[in-house]
Amino acid sequence: MAEIKNYTLNFGPQHPSAHGVLRLVLELDGETVIRADPHIGLLHRGTEKLFEYKSYLQNLPYFDRFDYVSMMCNEHAYVLALEKMLDVEVPERAQYIRVMYAELTRLLNHLLWIGAQALDIGAMTVFLYAFREREDIFDYYEAVSGARMHAAYFRPGGVSLDLPDGLLERIEAFTQRFPGYVDEYETLLTENRIWKQRTVDIGVVTAQEAKAWGFTGPMLRGSGVEWDLRKKQPYDVYDQLDFDVPITDGGDTYDRYLVRVEEMRQSNRIIAQCVAWLQKNDGPVNLDDHKLARPKRAKLQDDMESLIHHFKFFAEGFHVPAGEVYQAVEHPKGEFGVYIVSDGSNKPYRMKIRAPGFAHLQGLDFMCRGHLIADVVAVLGTQDIVFGEVDR
Amino acid sequence: MQCVLKWLKRQINTWLLLELVRGLALTGKYLFKPKITIEYPEERTPLSPRFRGLHALRRYDDGEERCIACKLCEVVCPALAIQIDSEEREDGSRRTTRYDIDTTLCIFCGFCEEACPVDAIVETQIFEYATENRQDLYYTKDRLLATGDKYAKQISANLADKSQYN
Repeated sequence: MAEIKNYTLNFGPQHPSAHGVLRLVLELDGETVIRADPHIGLLHRGTEKLFEYKSYLQNLPYFDRFDYVSMMCNEHAYVLALEKMLDVEVPERAQYIRVMYAELTRLLNHLLWIGAQALDIGAMTVFLYAFREREDIFDYYEAVSGARMHAAYFRPGGVSLDLPDGLLERIEAFTQRFPGYVDEYETLLTENRIWKQRTVDIGVVTAQEAKAWGFTGPMLRGSGVEWDLRKKQPYDVYDQLDFDVPITDGGDTYDRYLVRVEEMRQSNRIIAQCVAWLQKNDGPVNLDDHKLARPKRAKLQDDMESLIHHFKFFAEGFHVPAGEVYQAVEHPKGEFGVYIVSDGSNKPYRMKIRAPGFAHLQGLDFMCRGHLIADVVAVLGTQDIVFGEVDR
Repeated sequence: MQCVLKWLKRQINTWLLLELVRGLALTGKYLFKPKITIEYPEERTPLSPRFRGLHALRRYDDGEERCIACKLCEVVCPALAIQIDSEEREDGSRRTTRYDIDTTLCIFCGFCEEACPVDAIVETQIFEYATENRQDLYYTKDRLLATGDKYAKQISANLADKSQYN
């Protein structure tokens, strides 16, 4: 009888652990993975092309829909890129609000990641606990923007509305209880033998490989490379805040878990500092230049100039000087970059999104090689893939 | 000596399943704590005044509709979900003859509300607008005005709250 050696298996797109719509063609030898070939494009919506037909303001809500678990970080990259092109100085209060929300978003992302990864590997409880905290953060999202996920809160030049009364106290209380919650996740996972058996020495990436494949974020820091854009190319007020960048040397799934858990604690520290600053300092949250930001609503009723600006701002938008710009932020998953080419009109000539997940997914093949099929799930989880940004 | 102690500690950890017991103790503790979940249709969480849900068209206190058909919402809508036709009314004022919102296209970004110079189009706190057929997701002027009338009080309270920051 002929011996069948290799076996090709379709993993996804409907597999519950495929993190959305990943179709993975696995070539197997028994249970060992010989080759993993990710097929992408099932969530492709042509957003980059869509941008070319919409004004700069209209493009903003679509950024929430790239990496739909870290919405405001995507917006952050976009508004920073625009501000760089327009060469404007953002009010300090707006910068603090944006940094605070970017870090809350990092918590959102890492909480979903820790829940989903544990669930993929077989630990159910962490998922439930992580979603309890996510619910709180969604409430803070809703309080400022009115939407629990797709916020559209950041604007070029600041944010859309100031924080409502009482919100800072709620966030402060959250930052005080949050480290205790992280301790709970660690009690459940860090020393757990099953968790360790499933993650230690799985998907090992050396520092050299990580750099060569263009890995960023926790994928890079887990391999011992100290690289964080918040430190290396500070944007907004990150250079005035006190936080550490955790790194580990091992480069396996367990090390990346440790990095992300420590990042949650550091984000919490940043949020606490932002809250303290915002409680003490008041000020405008958007530009006073009504060519770039809408005038106050109260002024619309009795100031003709404001009304004209209001109509111009929403109908035509603003024109961006011709040129090109690349702006990257330290997104929870890595380096999220926005590259805009402008021809001087009110719409981008071309916009390109640099998604961290796309680079990570390329490394899936070498990370999975030689592992068992069950470890593919662990590797997918550790890469923290979200298809909104991979397919765009 | 150090070495032996370490070995002993490891053996105890391994054979007594200490870290698993600690994890179980944590989950066990939550068994007796009050639950944070709520029973949704009966119990509800509070919504933010800024909540962006289903759209509505508002009226002035005298019953006159606010919308003046400036079409700014139609222009700013990133998803092209709004369609407006207008004509001059008998009394000489400009009003809409058609105001359609296709909620299958809408991305609920709130730009229409932000752009409206007369606070006519708003996004309410209604989020349960699921329907059994597709037609019901196309909102016409009558239906939008009806929503606005039904929730007029709630909408103006929320707008008043918002205007402090606007």
